[in-house]
Amino acid sequence: MENKGLNKVDLIFEKIDNHEVLAKGFKMSKDEIIQEILNSGLKGRGGAGFPTGMKWKFTSEAKSPEKYIVCNADEGEPGTFKDREILDRVSNKVHGGMAIAGKAIGAKKGIVYLRGEYRYLLPKLMIELDSFHKMIKKIGYDFEIEYRLGSGAYICGEESALFESIEGKRGEPRNKPPYPTVSGVYGKPTSINNVETLVTAMMIVQHGAKNFIQYGTKDSRGSKVFSVSGDTPTPGIFELELGMTVQQFVNEFGDGDTKAVQVGGASGFCVPRKKFAETIIGFEGVPTGGSMKLFNSSRSMYNVLHNYLEFFTEESCGQCTPCRVGCQQLLKGVEKVKKGEAKSTYLNELMKLADTMKIAAKCGLGQSVGNAFKSIVGNFKEEIIY
Amino acid sequence: MINLLINDQKVAVQNGTTVLAAARKLKINIPTLCNHDDLCVAGNCRVCIVEQKGAKTLIASCATPAAEGMEIHTNTLKVRNARKHIVELLLSEHRSDCTKCYKNQNCELQSLANDFAFGDHVFLDLVEDKKYSIDRSSASFIKDDSKCIRCQRCVRTCSELQSVAAITVANKGAHQKISSFHNRPMSQVVCTNCGQCVNRCPTGALVEKTAIDQVWDAIYDPDKHVVVQTAPAVRVALGEDLGYDPGERVTGKMVNALRQLGFNSVLDTDFSADLTIMEEGTELLVRLKKALVDGDKSISLPMFTSCSPGWIKFVEHKYPEFLPNMSTCKSPQQMFGALAKTFYAKKNNIDPSKIVSVSIMPCTAKKFEADRPEMRSSGFKDVDYVLTTRELAVMIKQAGIDFRNIEEANYDSVMGNSTGAGVIFGATGGVMEAALRTAYEIVTGREVPFGNLNITPVRGMDGVKEATIKIEGCVEAWKFLEGAELKVAIAHGLANANKIMKMVRDGKATYHFVEIMACPGGCIGGGGQPIPTNLKIRQKRMAAIYAEDEHKELRKSHLNPDVIAIYKEFLDQPNSHKSHELLHTHYVERDNY
Amino acid sequence: MYQVGNLVKELSDKHGHARESLMPILQAIVQKHNYLTDEAMVEVARELDISAAEVYGTASFYTFLDTQVKGKYVIRVCKTITCSMKGKSDIIQSIEEMLNIKVGETTPDNQFSLIETNCIGWCHKAPAILINDLPFTELTPEKVTEIIKDYMQK
Repeated sequence: MENKGLNKVDLIFEKIDNHEVLAKGFKMSKDEIIQEILNSGLKGRGGAGFPTGMKWKFTSEAKSPEKYIVCNADEGEPGTFKDREILDRVSNKVHGGMAIAGKAIGAKKGIVYLRGEYRYLLPKLMIELDSFHKMIKKIGYDFEIEYRLGSGAYICGEESALFESIEGKRGEPRNKPPYPTVSGVYGKPTSINNVETLVTAMMIVQHGAKNFIQYGTKDSRGSKVFSVSGDTPTPGIFELELGMTVQQFVNEFGDGDTKAVQVGGASGFCVPRKKFAETIIGFEGVPTGGSMKLFNSSRSMYNVLHNYLEFFTEESCGQCTPCRVGCQQLLKGVEKVKKGEAKSTYLNELMKLADTMKIAAKCGLGQSVGNAFKSIVGNFKEEIIY
Repeated sequence: MINLLINDQKVAVQNGTTVLAAARKLKINIPTLCNHDDLCVAGNCRVCIVEQKGAKTLIASCATPAAEGMEIHTNTLKVRNARKHIVELLLSEHRSDCTKCYKNQNCELQSLANDFAFGDHVFLDLVEDKKYSIDRSSASFIKDDSKCIRCQRCVRTCSELQSVAAITVANKGAHQKISSFHNRPMSQVVCTNCGQCVNRCPTGALVEKTAIDQVWDAIYDPDKHVVVQTAPAVRVALGEDLGYDPGERVTGKMVNALRQLGFNSVLDTDFSADLTIMEEGTELLVRLKKALVDGDKSISLPMFTSCSPGWIKFVEHKYPEFLPNMSTCKSPQQMFGALAKTFYAKKNNIDPSKIVSVSIMPCTAKKFEADRPEMRSSGFKDVDYVLTTRELAVMIKQAGIDFRNIEEANYDSVMGNSTGAGVIFGATGGVMEAALRTAYEIVTGREVPFGNLNITPVRGMDGVKEATIKIEGCVEAWKFLEGAELKVAIAHGLANANKIMKMVRDGKATYHFVEIMACPGGCIGGGGQPIPTNLKIRQKRMAAIYAEDEHKELRKSHLNPDVIAIYKEFLDQPNSHKSHELLHTHYVERDNY
Repeated sequence: MYQVGNLVKELSDKHGHARESLMPILQAIVQKHNYLTDEAMVEVARELDISAAEVYGTASFYTFLDTQVKGKYVIRVCKTITCSMKGKSDIIQSIEEMLNIKVGETTPDNQFSLIETNCIGWCHKAPAILINDLPFTELTPEKVTEIIKDYMQK
């Protein structure tokens, strides 16, 4: 197990000369950009962790005169707020990352899908976007970005649901295949990347893949921004090198009484105290889009689970059976067990249901409801029952 | 070709074939719910999940294209357990009062549940938590959300096949439901009552509003004289609900069964279909004369047929500016109804207030049509009760009639005689063909120039059909039409109708006469026809309709002896004052939501 | 109830008449009037040549596209885990007492609506609320009372 310890880094929010980095990026061929990103081992920072270079490669290979780069700024995972901060502080790097991605995949159009909850950022972003457009025009590069807003639907963070939303429809995930790299927004080949991923890609173009892979581990290259909240004396945004254990994280951010850390938000995993030392935060251990939520011993894990299940019951798009009905069953089930109206052994049935949801739901949301459920019930069974 | 393995059996399929279709090719049955042959892929219900070697999750076979080298297993323990869970989840959201349900034993969810032979229900009942409501506002159907499994077949039907989208998926998560515009009653929205959603609903969430009990009451009421009419498309589909394969003509047995049920007189809507041709054909020729010869600018062309009440309501909601283009002719059902309580009553010396007029229709919209306030020309409700083909099958079963083994019988008369032209009203293009057979002959004195009177260009399942008929050698009275090219178009399914309407509205097409039927395939694919439906089934019914036509001695409406008689004895001539009073109607503009 | 007037026409001319314009148009109406009336949805349907039910179906999917009457200021209190742990209930209670309405309700003068919402991305500064577009964070009952007071004065 590779353990890099807890190291704070300052790359994402580092102020850069956007013009210089872009000029460098635009001089590279699309294959050079893609190769650099592939070499960096960068994986998507939204949570799913798909290799960014592969995504760009596939989209670049898709044959279509019209392609899109979409920036997923529908940051809805409970406990995640890093993309808001990135957009607030370094939106120029987001726009720049999109332009570079656009060059790599052959897209002249970029769309930022910004969650409605962050609408207050829009006036500032419009000013930033305007100067960005002027700058790339000066460089002589043909690329345009448009902002589209969400309106309060967690599921729109799912890539194909996000496309549906841009197209003016209910944010219901599509069947896959076809994947976005073949048929994305408006049915055109699309690379959809998280806000932070695009900034990181920009950074890799700036400093080179070699520099990037000095950070992190084999499976989790680089650093990433963590959103730290819950029972911690220092909640906030922290850029950390990947490859630390939960214990190291808790040593830094815990309040001395941490009993569990929810890594990756409501759709992520709950790590109990006894597993802190053995669990690496990263794709080799517990992956996260950045959400790190600490719970101390005063918290009821039943309440935590109940809150998450309510969240999913409301935020499921509702189209597929395992997710729509499964969420309701899990929620009602734990309520009944808690009240003593169902036997504690009923939790075993619910654990099996969570397994079914993992393999049978249509999209990532339904497939990940089981993560929190299984890890909380599995590790804190007594708290759920009594 | 793409080669894959399903349950270790090799199969080669065309590119784009789904795993489900590939499995079917191997006669491997994978259960489905949201999937329907007429509709786009949804992949929602997840019942059809299968295991793909190397994939982390199970895949929906209906939504996944077969790929080279794929290895699929349809019946592993993992698949079975997940599928069982999924069916149980659906049941937990569904009011399972099966024995009291209208769709009992005709329900896809029930049959799936049956396959799994659930002993104990594992999951908690969610029905009690939901404030389900039953919408009985429509004259044609009942929408019971407590039976709904959110497969969205109805929503896809309404938007894809009918381009109406009166129903939609609303809300999300646990609150997701199938809803009209802002939860309005179905009677107060753009719904055309076509019943295509009812045809495709896998459960009892959408069912016709039945009139079976009322009809039984009437039959057993000694004071009542109950007449029944049967629409052309019923005779080629009824068999499906009574153990026959699709495409079987059961006309004679149906007539006998109706008589055994106790109807006092068994008559035929085909008769009034022939009558419609006389009225509508004349109306068209008069419109053409006024527009082409007299230069009357107030005449609206093209003229649209008006037999399909779903289509009528569609125009009333969505294209009210075209209401003047609608033929003023009532549908055959309503012509029949108006005559039953006037001409028929008089001829048989029956007090019209004692007549109960029942129609057997392939259609749910006919229930709404019969209820329209305009449909009381006889001084009474012209058609009292409308039964769908399905409801008739239920009555036949209720009465214990051994349908397969009963003798064939003939319709009563008067108003029971019909021609092949009346029969083909049941298929898309049929009204057009029947009209042309008669109108062409009136204008030219000769039969239509098509072999054996079969006007093949207007037949078939193409969504929009167009034809041009050159009129030559006119008789003296119609000389003004000499050399004219009569342009006609035919559409079936309201999505196709919508295409035509847009073309006409935008001036991209000019027609003289357009036949439109609300349902795919015409009445043979009507919302009141046996379930299931798909293109193959509709094609078989269509073939049966044309076979019925070919077997008729008379095949042109104007030769129907009952039609000739009624003009002689009662109506005088087509479009006469009396005709207008009884056989023609008007339309109303409706809101577009 | 507001009269939609020419707004929908203006918006659809600006954003276009294709389906993809639906969200921007609905969002703009809500920005201006806080919720969607039936009349507004019917108008939008007409402009985009889709059915009114489709407009409703889409709007009802999105929490921020309300189809019920909402006040001039819509207060959305985050109810997800961190805000819930850090005193969301006290915040709601303060607002309820101050405005004399319950969660889900609108004041009789149509000035304020109070609703709960899912994570708004301010977990490190919980509890947090949105009033229309603006976030207010690290709230206490006292702090929220002051904020609402300011809004009442507007």
